[in-house]
Amino acid sequence: MTGETLLEVEGLRVEFGASVAAVRGASLSVARGQTHCLVGESGCGKSVSALAIMNLLARGGRRGADKLSFAGIDLRGMSDREMARLRGDRMAMIFQEPMTSLNPAYTVGSQMAEVLRRHRGTSRRDALDRAAELLGRVGITAPGMRLGQFPHQLSGGLRQRVMIAMALMCDPELLIADEPTTALDVTVQAQILRLLAGLQRDLGLAILLITHDLGVVARVAHRVSVMYAGEVVESAATADLFARPTHPYTRGLLECVPVPGKVKRDQPLGSIPGVVPKVSPGFTGCGFRDRCAHANEICAGDIPRHRTDGDHEYLCRLPRDWAHAA
Amino acid sequence: MTTMTTIAAPRRGWRAAGTWIGAVIVGLTLFAAIFAPWITPHDPYAQDLGKRLLPPFWMDGHNPMHLLGTDQIGRDYLSRLIYGARISMLIGIGVTITSAIIGIAMGVLGGFVGGKVDDAVLFAITTRLSIPVVLVALAVVGLMGSSFTLLVLTLGLLLWDRFAVVARSTTMQVRNLDFVSAAWCAGCSRFHILWREVLPNIASHLVVVATLEIALAILLEAALSFLGLGVPPPLPSWGLMISEAKEYMYFSPWVIMIPGIALFVLVLGINLLGDGLRDHFGTGTQ
Amino acid sequence: MLRFLLRRFVVALLVAATVLTLAFMLTRLSGDLAISIAGANATQADVELIRKAYGLDRPVIVQFFDWVGRAMIGDFGESYFFKARTAALIGERMPVTITLGLTGLLIALFVSIPMGIAAAVNEGAWVDRVVQFIALLGQAMPGFWLGLILMITFGLQLGWLPISGTGSWQHYVMPGIVLAFTAIPALTRLTRAGMIQAMSSDYIRTARAKGLSRASILLKHALRNAAIPVVAIAAVQLGFMLGGSIVIESVFALHGVGFLAWESIGKNDFPVVQAVVLVLAVIYVALTMLADILNAVLDPRLRTA
Repeated sequence: MTGETLLEVEGLRVEFGASVAAVRGASLSVARGQTHCLVGESGCGKSVSALAIMNLLARGGRRGADKLSFAGIDLRGMSDREMARLRGDRMAMIFQEPMTSLNPAYTVGSQMAEVLRRHRGTSRRDALDRAAELLGRVGITAPGMRLGQFPHQLSGGLRQRVMIAMALMCDPELLIADEPTTALDVTVQAQILRLLAGLQRDLGLAILLITHDLGVVARVAHRVSVMYAGEVVESAATADLFARPTHPYTRGLLECVPVPGKVKRDQPLGSIPGVVPKVSPGFTGCGFRDRCAHANEICAGDIPRHRTDGDHEYLCRLPRDWAHAA
Repeated sequence: MTTMTTIAAPRRGWRAAGTWIGAVIVGLTLFAAIFAPWITPHDPYAQDLGKRLLPPFWMDGHNPMHLLGTDQIGRDYLSRLIYGARISMLIGIGVTITSAIIGIAMGVLGGFVGGKVDDAVLFAITTRLSIPVVLVALAVVGLMGSSFTLLVLTLGLLLWDRFAVVARSTTMQVRNLDFVSAAWCAGCSRFHILWREVLPNIASHLVVVATLEIALAILLEAALSFLGLGVPPPLPSWGLMISEAKEYMYFSPWVIMIPGIALFVLVLGINLLGDGLRDHFGTGTQ
Repeated sequence: MLRFLLRRFVVALLVAATVLTLAFMLTRLSGDLAISIAGANATQADVELIRKAYGLDRPVIVQFFDWVGRAMIGDFGESYFFKARTAALIGERMPVTITLGLTGLLIALFVSIPMGIAAAVNEGAWVDRVVQFIALLGQAMPGFWLGLILMITFGLQLGWLPISGTGSWQHYVMPGIVLAFTAIPALTRLTRAGMIQAMSSDYIRTARAKGLSRASILLKHALRNAAIPVVAIAAVQLGFMLGGSIVIESVFALHGVGFLAWESIGKNDFPVVQAVVLVLAVIYVALTMLADILNAVLDPRLRTA
C-alpha cells in the first residue's frame, strides 16, 4: 500500500475577492502511509492550500485546480454535502490553535462521539467507548474522566491530543495537520510530533504536515514541498532536499536554521531580506524575484519547472547545479 | 489562519444611502421645526367647528385649504404636524443635553478616577437601570402637573445611563493611552487632561449615543403625551395628537396615521443617521 | 462563581434600598400630600382629618422609616382610591402583567432568533439587509401607535381579536405583539452578531472539518454559543418590558400592574404608585441576577471555574 499516491493536487488556485491570489497553481502529492511536509513562511499560502483541499475555505475564498483527487476520487466537482461525508471520515484535519479549536460549550466526549455518530451511525455508548480508547492511544491518562470534561479544563497540549484523537475517530486515510505544534510549549511540541510519527507508523496513516519549522521537517518528513507566494517552488525527498537545495528560496530558508557545530559563535545566521509579497491574480513570473540575489529580467517571464533525479522538482530559471558550480 | 472574507462593497453603498436618507429626514424636520411660523398654512391652534375631521388630500371630500385635513375640533392638521416637529425636536435635544451633562460627567469621573468613585458610578447606573422610566416619568408629571420644562428635566434625569456607560468605558480606554500619560508627565492639571485630552477622544462615541438618546426621548415624550401626562394640551405634540384623535380612529384612521407616521419616520431618520455616524467614526458602541 | 453571585446579591439589596428611598421621595415631590388626597373641594378641616388619618402630620423622617419598615415586610399601606391593601391590589394584577411580559418575550424570541440566524448565515446578502432593515423599523416604531393600528386592523376591520379588556388569552395577542416589538431589534442584532462571531470561530471550522451536517454546525455548535448572551439579555429585556407595559396596558385596557399604576397616578393614589415603582424595580434587579445565573449555567467556562 505504501508508496501509492493517496492525494494528488495539481495547479491548485485560491483567490479571495479580486485582489488576492493566495495560492497560484500549487502542486503536491501525498503517498499512502507517508508524511509529506509543506513548509514556508507565514502568508505563503500553505494553510490556505490545506483548507482548500478540505474545501474549508472561509467565505469569499474561491478554489480551482487542474487536478484534485483523493484515493482516486475527484474532489473538484463534489457538492458540499458529499465533501462533508468524506471529511472527518476518510480525511481529517487538525489545526494550529488547540485553545480555540474545540467548542467550549460541549464536553470532550460529546465532541468526539459525534464524529462517529455522524459518519457511522454508531450509538452514543459505542462512540464514547471508541473515544476513550483513542484518548488512551494518544497518551491521555484517565480517558474516562477526560471525556466528561470541557475544553477549558484542559491544557493546550491535552487539547491538541484530543483534536488528534478526534481526527482518528473514523480511521482516516489522510490526516492534514496545520502547524499542530506552533502554539505549544517546546517540550509539548516534541511529544505531539512523536505521537504523530508513532500513529503514522502504527496506523499506516498518510499525513500532510504543514509547518514553518525545518527542524520538524528533518525529523518526521518523508517528502518536503517548499511553498512561496502561493506556489510550490521546490519538492523533493527529505534527505535530498536538505543535501541539495536548489531553489534560491529553499537555500535561503536552510541558511536561517542554526545547526549545532556548523554555526560559528560570532557569525550571524542567514536571513532573507523582505517579506512574502501579497500577490494579485494575473501576476506572472517568479514570486521570489524581488528578494532573490540571482534575479534578472528572465525571472519576470514564465519560469520553467525542472524535474531531476525522478522526483526532485523545482521552479526556477537557474540550472540544477548552479549552486555547486558557483 | 489567513482567513479573508470579502467585505461586500454593495453593503457600504446601502448603508451610505441609509445615512443620506436619515440626514434628509432629520434636516427637513429641523427646517420645519425652526421655520414653523413661516411655513404653516394656518394657525395650529385656530379651531373651526364647522370644518371638523376633514380628510386629507388623497381622500374624497377633502378641502384644498387643508392638505392633511383637520382634527376633531377643526384645527389644520398640517400646521399642527409642523409645530409638532418643533416639540419633538426640542424635547429630543433638550433631554439629550440634560442627560448628556449628567451621564458624561458621571461616566468620565468614574472612568478617569476609578476605585471607589467608579464603584459609586457603577452603582448609580445599576440603580438607574432598575427604575421603570415610563412609570416614574408619568408619576412625576402626574404629581407636579404637566409642563414642557418639567418633562424635559424629568426625562433628562432618567435617560443618562447610556451616556454614563459609554463615557466610562471609553474614558478608561483613553486614560491608558500614551498621549495621556505624556500629558501627565508634562505636568498638566487633571482638568486640562480631562478637557483637552480625554473628552475630544471620546466625543465620537458620545455623538453616536446622542442620536440614540434623541430618538428615545422623542418616542418617550410621544408615549407620555399619548397617556395624557406629557406636554399639556393644546400643544400639538404628535403623541398628544394621536391621543386626542383616538376616539375617531375607527372611522377616520388617518387622524392617527398621519402623526404616527411622522413620529415613525423621524425616529427612523435619526437612527439611520446615528448608524451612519457610527460607521463613519468606526465606533462599535453597542 | 458563588462569590460573584453573593456580591451581586449584596449590590441588588443596595439597589432595592436606594429605589425604596427614591420611591418615597417621588411621592413627596408635590408638596402637601394631604391636600392632594383630599381633592379640590375639600375644606381645611377635611385636610387636617386626612393628615391625621394617614399619619402625614408626623415628621418626614418618621414617615420614611415607617414606610421602609412596612415595605420590608410587603406592607405598602392602603390605597386611597381603591380602599384596599396595596399589596393585595398589586398581587391581584401582577399575573396579568407577567403573562403579558412573558407572551411578549416569547414572541420576540421566536421572531428574533430565526431572523438573527438567517441574517448571520447570509451576512451581506439581501436576507441580511432585510433583517437589519426590519430591526431598524422596529426600533423606530412607537409601541402605542402600533397598538392602535393593530386594533383598527385586527380588532375592527378583520374582527379576529378583541380590542380591549382582560378576559381571555386572545386579549394578550395584540399587546404581546406590540410588547415584543420593543425587544425584537435588540435581540435580533445580538443573535446576528453572536452567530457571525461563532460562525467565524475556530471550533466551527473544526466542526466542518469533522464533516458534520450544516444543520448540526449551525444549530448545535454555533447557536449554542451565540445563545448565551441572547438568553441573558432576554431576561433583562423582560424587566424592561414589564416596566414598559404601562403604556401597552393602558392602550389595550389590560388590567395589569401598569394599568393600575396609570389609574393611580391619575387619582393621586400615592401608596400604589410608590409600591408599583418599587415592585417593578425589585423584579428588574431579580431578573438581572437571573441573567447572571443563566449565563453561568449555559457557559461551562463560568460554571466550572
